[in-house]
Amino acid sequence: MGPLSVNGIISENTNLFLAFIIGIGFGFVLEQSGFSSSRKLAGVFYGYDTVVLKVFFTAAITAMLGLLFFSLFGWVDLNLVYVNPTYLTSAVLGGIIMGAGFIMGGYCPGTSFCGASIGKIDAIVFIGGLFLGVLIFGIGYRWWSELYMAGFLGSPKVSEALGLSDGIFALLLILVALAMFWVAEWAEKKFPRAVY
Amino acid sequence: MAKSKSQKSSNYLNPYIGGVLLGIVLLAANFVSGRGLGASGAIKSTVVTAVSAIAPNAAQKSEFVKEFRQSHEGNPMKTWLVFEMLGVLVGGFLSGALSGRLDLKIEHSPKISSRRRLVFALAGGILFGFGSQLGRGCTSGSALSGMAVLSLGGFLTMMAIFGTAYMLAYFFRKNWI
Repeated sequence: MGPLSVNGIISENTNLFLAFIIGIGFGFVLEQSGFSSSRKLAGVFYGYDTVVLKVFFTAAITAMLGLLFFSLFGWVDLNLVYVNPTYLTSAVLGGIIMGAGFIMGGYCPGTSFCGASIGKIDAIVFIGGLFLGVLIFGIGYRWWSELYMAGFLGSPKVSEALGLSDGIFALLLILVALAMFWVAEWAEKKFPRAVY
Repeated sequence: MAKSKSQKSSNYLNPYIGGVLLGIVLLAANFVSGRGLGASGAIKSTVVTAVSAIAPNAAQKSEFVKEFRQSHEGNPMKTWLVFEMLGVLVGGFLSGALSGRLDLKIEHSPKISSRRRLVFALAGGILFGFGSQLGRGCTSGSALSGMAVLSLGGFLTMMAIFGTAYMLAYFFRKNWI
């Protein structure tokens, strides 16, 4: 059955319409969780507010388990679901640059749109920066295209890389997440919560 | 006013419930389109469109634009992530309106000026924009969506983003605490 658009069950225009509806859900949940506030987001790096960690890992686990169950029920063909390819060098280097941007800017791209949607001027300026950053990457592409393509491994799963089945890896990830939630709850009690 | 402010900060959804709901949205994206959520891809589409309109000659020569056009047929604005991000603006606005959080303001720690906040927001945005291109996706498209489909690259990017931010947190603490 699924993925609906890949299997031709829905038309391309319906797919785009559903993208808009899914986006509304995405933005609504992010804003309701407090992801429209840079001070709330940055809290995870100082321990005073760990909402990012809790929402992020709960969401990743929910979707991961959902896909595994959907696959077991025969509702979605996992072979047709896109697995992000792995380019070792750029995955790590890009992540490092993004991490620096995160702690300086207080937003990531998705959350900055969420902040902008409720009128945060700092989020709008961050978005301006995003456009500039993408433009700079595009203009200087030939200087880092080699780096961009280095260390290509195909589209391996992390479970395969560790020699585990998807199910066992999912279980381990849930246990790790529970441990992190426990630390997060402890940190929020230990570090004073800023008033904002 | 003071009362309404303290209400605002506790007005947010329980983070674990928020996480489950966000996970369901991500699951829906995969079920419908066979791909996860994303954000930086919509910015890339917009940049490609803008450059092609403003400087068509430069765009034609650009390898970056060429590669984008090869992997995206037709109008770069008629893509899944562009429509999704338009939805994000609507959804965020609706949520803010319902919870009384619509407010045109520069949010920053009382210890820093608005100007400093905006300079850092711009610099952070530039880095994040650049990094999202190098890393083939941002926190949404690479880290979150990648983790849900167990992508090795997604896990690596997630660890690099959060690890770096934690390592640098000390140096930027004045901005936040």
